[in-house]
Order: sequence, then structure tokens, then C-alpha cells
Amino acid sequence: LVAAPRALGPYDTAEPLTPYAQATTYNNYYEFGLGKADPARLAGGLRTQPWTVLIDGEVRAPLQVDLDRLRSWFTPEDRIYRMRCVEGWSMVMPWQGFPLAALLRRAEPTGHARYVQFTALHDPQQFPGQRGDVLAWPYVEGLRLDEALHPLTLLAVGLNGRALPNQNGAPLRLVVPWKYGFKSIKAVVRITLTRTQPPTTWSLAAPQEYGFYANVNPAVPHPRWSQATEQRIGEWGRQPTLPFNGYAREVADLYRGMDLRVFF
Amino acid sequence: MVVGGLVPLVGLLLDARTGALGANPVQRALLQTGLLALALLLLSLACTPLRTLSGWTWPARVRRALGLLAFAYAALHFLIYLFDHGLTPGVVLEDVLERPFITVGFVALVLLIPLAVTSTPRMVRRLGFVRWQRLHRAVYAAAALGALHYWWGVKKDHTGPLVAALALAALLVARWVRAPRRRS
Repeated sequence: LVAAPRALGPYDTAEPLTPYAQATTYNNYYEFGLGKADPARLAGGLRTQPWTVLIDGEVRAPLQVDLDRLRSWFTPEDRIYRMRCVEGWSMVMPWQGFPLAALLRRAEPTGHARYVQFTALHDPQQFPGQRGDVLAWPYVEGLRLDEALHPLTLLAVGLNGRALPNQNGAPLRLVVPWKYGFKSIKAVVRITLTRTQPPTTWSLAAPQEYGFYANVNPAVPHPRWSQATEQRIGEWGRQPTLPFNGYAREVADLYRGMDLRVFF
Repeated sequence: MVVGGLVPLVGLLLDARTGALGANPVQRALLQTGLLALALLLLSLACTPLRTLSGWTWPARVRRALGLLAFAYAALHFLIYLFDHGLTPGVVLEDVLERPFITVGFVALVLLIPLAVTSTPRMVRRLGFVRWQRLHRAVYAAAALGALHYWWGVKKDHTGPLVAALALAALLVARWVRAPRRRS
């Protein structure tokens, strides 16, 4: 049986989906290893249930909640987003999830909240890659509060109408489609609202190469390679990379007046 | 020897046909040809130390083939990169001029060209052995730049580039240790 095609939503791209087999076997997930095939090979053992999420920091109503309960609060939405990796390849991913904003509003951010910090699971028993120190574990990421509240910013729990595969970040991952893929942290266990800009894993590992903002930007090359073009997985030949990964109309206003060469 | 050295190329072409190169076949082909070029170059550099240490003569006989194979894979590596960027000279020129990662790889390949051209016994005679040998010392620079290119091409895990750099350092030390003895 093939599901009836649904009408595209306002944020969906009409571009052809990356084949599911490729989207689930070509992954960057250093908790499982540095090779692209490592996550698909090693992620089977990750226990994604039960899963507890903590929402704390600058909020009036901190939460510590089981993911099943958290999911029951929201109606899952379909979002077909482009995903652009900082390494120069891209995919088109049909996510299911709910806007991060809906969850944050439930926790009632205080007037001091300016940023949101995300923390991934830290468990070297389940994550073989965390037994080495290739990155500072646990993986942490961050957004400015207005970025976090943007309707494009999604917490994903599904892919292709199925439960999110472990190698793609199950059971709960962030999806920020106008930023390079490394911002979209996987296996989230904690969401903390903060007054100051949180540290982020890749900007700590190589600050001259990976900034806090990490907006997709063809005009700002990575020090070692151009970001002007990208290899769409499953297609031949490179294609031009678009400012904000094609979401400029939706998000460019968030950065008005900022020099994006400085805040890369 | 040459036939043996082309086995990985056949494997690469077969993998490309069957889809075994994975989701990003161009990237995979780039990585594999680059690795083969550097590995073969290091092997060609190992021939002379191996011959002097062991007394065997066969390493000297395969050295030229190894060097030429290294050059062939490096050239193929560059051609794949060129086609991947749609043969647009502007993009490639910008990469070569502005990105040290690409610059050093490109220079390494250019350094290998005269060495490949002068690899025949006839060219050795024409240049005279001393001049020929001096010219072919450029292979060390090419190997060092190749290892640096590899190092800069890696996002996080530097094990591979480190192995290449250490191998090159060991080969240099092997020659340096031997050199004064021969002079006396």
C-alpha cells in the first residue's frame, strides 16, 4: 500500500525525496563512529524507550517528562525539508514532528531567556564513539531564542511516516533546516533556556571553522572548501547552494544588520 | 606490477556500477583515488631503503611502476574533482588559489608531472643520472604535500593522515641515517 500523497504545506519543498535507503545509511553521528555507515551499523542497540526529556533553566514551569507523554501533547506535523551538511552534501527529508516553539511555550520562558541549549544523551555504554574523545561529550548545541521559536524549527520524532531510525537521531532530534546539519542535534535529553550564548560542540572543537550560527551560506566558504555548491545525495553533479538553504524568505529577517561573515 | 596496481581501479569501477560506493559515490571515489595515490607514492619511496637494508634487488625494479601508478591515481583524483565541479575553471581556480587544502594537493600533482615524464631509462640517460636524481628529489615534497592535503581534508579523525606522515618521516629518516655511511 502506498499512502495517498498529501498536499504540500507552506514550509515543504516539492523537490524529490532522498531515497530512504540512502537517508538512513549515510549519516554523521560521531557517537556511533566517524564513518558515514557506522551509525546505521551500530545504532540498533540504542534504547530509545523509556526516554526522559528535561526542560529547565530560565523557565517558569520546568519539566521532566517521559517522551511518550510529551508527544501526546502535540499533533505531529509533516515537514519536507532540505538538509545541507557543512561537508557539502545535501538531502531532502520528510520529517514528522512538532514545532519546538510549542514545547518551549509550555515551559513558559522567563523574561531573561535569550538562548536555548540542547544536550544529547551521554552514555558511552550505548554510544561506542563516546568512549574516545574525538569530541567533547555530551554533544551540545544552541539556538538564539528567536531562532528556536521560529515555526520552521522542528523537534522530529519520525521520518518517512515511520518512527525516527536510531541512526537519524531517535527518539527526539532537532531539525533547523536553514542551518548546517550539525546544528540539528540528535538524541536530545535536555533543553535548557539560558541568558547567555551556550557553548556548542563543533564551535568548541574547531572555532575557526564552525561558528555558533552556522547558517547555510554559499558566500562564506569553509576554510578548507567552498560552500557555493552541494552534492544532492542520489543525484549526479553538484547544484548551487542557496542562502539560508533556500529559506531566506522565512528567516533572513532574524539576522538583519548582522555581518554573517563574522557571525558565520 | 602495473596490472596489479590497476586492480583497485577495476574494483572502483565495479563498485560504481553496483552502487557499492554508497550514497555519495563521487566523494568515495575521490577519497579512494587520493588514498591510493599517496599510498603508492609512499611505497615507491620505500623501495630504496628496503633494497639497502635487505640486500634484495627487486624493490629497485618495481620503484618506477609504483611511482607511475601513484601519478596515475593522483591525476584521476584530480580529474574526478574537476568533473565534480562541472569543469568550471573559475571555481577550480578559486579553490586552487584561495584554499590551502586544495593548493597543496594541486602543487603535489604538478610536482609529479615532470617526474612521470622523465621516468624512462632514456630520459635518465638524456638528463644524466645526477641531474635526474636531483629532479626526482621533488618526490619528497610531493609526498609531504600529499600528506598535508590529506590532513587538511579530514574533519576530525586524523589517524589516516598521521599514519601517512609518520611513514613518510620514517622513510626520510631511513635515508638520512644511511646517507653519511655511504659517503665515507
